[in-house]
Amino acid sequence: MTATTTTPVTTAPVRTVRQPSARLRGWATRAPLLPALVFMIVVTQLPFVATLVISFFDWNALYPKARRFTGLDNYRQVLTDADLRHSVWTTVLLTATVVLVSLVLGLALALLLDRRFRGRGVVRTLLIAPFLIVPVAAALLWKHVLYNPEYGLFNGLLHYVGGPQPDWISNTPLLAVEASLVWQWTPFMMLILLAGLQSRDHEQIEAARVDGASDWQIFRHLTLPHLRRYLELGALLGSIYIVQNFDAVFTITSGGLGTANLPYTVYQSFYQAHENGLASAAGVLVVIGSIVIATFALRVVSSLFREEVARS
Amino acid sequence: MTAVLRRNGLGLLAWLAGIVFFLPIAWMTLTSFHSEQDAATNPPSFTAALTLDGYREFFGTGGGASPWPALVNSLVASAASTLLVLLLALPAAYALSIRRVRKWTDVLFFFLSTKMLPAVAGLLPLYLFAKNAGLLDNIWLLVLLYTSMNLPIAVWMMQSFLAEIPVAVIEAARVDGARLPTILARVVAPIALPGIAATALICFIFSWNELLFARVLTGVVAETAPVFLTGFITSQGLFLAKVCAASLVVSLPVLAAGFAAQDKLVQGLSLGAVK
Repeated sequence: MTATTTTPVTTAPVRTVRQPSARLRGWATRAPLLPALVFMIVVTQLPFVATLVISFFDWNALYPKARRFTGLDNYRQVLTDADLRHSVWTTVLLTATVVLVSLVLGLALALLLDRRFRGRGVVRTLLIAPFLIVPVAAALLWKHVLYNPEYGLFNGLLHYVGGPQPDWISNTPLLAVEASLVWQWTPFMMLILLAGLQSRDHEQIEAARVDGASDWQIFRHLTLPHLRRYLELGALLGSIYIVQNFDAVFTITSGGLGTANLPYTVYQSFYQAHENGLASAAGVLVVIGSIVIATFALRVVSSLFREEVARS
Repeated sequence: MTAVLRRNGLGLLAWLAGIVFFLPIAWMTLTSFHSEQDAATNPPSFTAALTLDGYREFFGTGGGASPWPALVNSLVASAASTLLVLLLALPAAYALSIRRVRKWTDVLFFFLSTKMLPAVAGLLPLYLFAKNAGLLDNIWLLVLLYTSMNLPIAVWMMQSFLAEIPVAVIEAARVDGARLPTILARVVAPIALPGIAATALICFIFSWNELLFARVLTGVVAETAPVFLTGFITSQGLFLAKVCAASLVVSLPVLAAGFAAQDKLVQGLSLGAVK
């Protein structure tokens, strides 16, 4: 570790060479980059390659002697096992619901916050706060303090209006997890969309208004097209984070009641069931799903990035 | 008249939304100062007497495990990994913004793509490696993993900050014979300080929040604050005030760091794509 962090220093002697060749100069330019690059490859890429290899083995950690190559068997099992297939579906449903709902709510809040009103800074702070609660703590808050059927706040408030007293987590487990995640991720979407709204061309909007365009027309034909890529960015980054969600599922339902998503299933199949091969195959499936999302995400980021570079 | 009404109406609506979103946190805070009996009532007791019992319970003075080792572990893991991230990211960002390597955009996107690799992708090999190398339940393993988790974000953020530094300033230092470490420490870092601080705060938040790696790779010795909180997943009789106090105490560093980095939060979360 110390060796990698001190690499930039060791390249300094290059300067003392009187006529450094182009190759040496190239390495001198690259040197500051290398520690970070090597670190990332070692810590993130190598383990994934190992996961890929293990996914082709039938390997239960409790019976290490029985380890053998099985080709695509683990994948077949993941995709045909009813529980595992269900967790693939749960992952898709959970991610799509949370991203879409928080995106719509985030857009509404960003539009509200884009206007001048008394105490805007305070309201912005209030709205960001849910995102700044540690995810496990937020999940505990929803599970015990809000959802609890006997003394939770929701049923407490329902009590005042004489409403029913449902057991939220048992009745609608997936919805319960989703609601807590929407609460945490709406501020994230709001912040990205607010940044998008504030980068609009205000002269153009003024001109449209002078020409007699209504608020709705301005929103529909100027704001929304401008926001499109910010909406995409929010959706994709949100998907990348939420597809990996473990904290909320682990805390609120412990993967029970049909809420186990793929990350939870991977965790459970090797941490509790010690099925290394199966866990790896499920892990690889999560990665394939992420790559599909990430390809789009990278495209959006790079188009925003290129615009930024062109502007400066 | 209607315009005024509408403007005020929408401002009011924004306030209402802010209050609704904040309500769970406000209620959690209030409950943390209630006695356990008052915390678990239906209908809720809004005006019950305030007490610090929940906090006393949480900090273990009333028996039970003390959260201090876990809080210290979280602090070590978050602070050390943030420091390491900065040490690695600053030179890298220099090579991607000031003296650019060839194909620097490709390198930048490689860093970004590693961020899109889910944590579960490498979890099992990391666990097996840690087990064989005797690194299970070792906080320094988490430091390395958190560094890899945050390095792409830091590289992206920092390169966008460093790109704003005028090249002439750095050329002048180079002409004066300054070497790279000196240039980074004496010229680049002071100018980019606000950006570096924001990057550090965001890396700190992500490390502090992390659960999956910590849950799998630590045990009794190196457990972090989020792992400590998982001890509250199953109900234990009357413990609501204690849960609220615990959740709030563990979240306080994140709330503080988040509000301190508020302006740069979007830039960090969107990996520098949005300014």
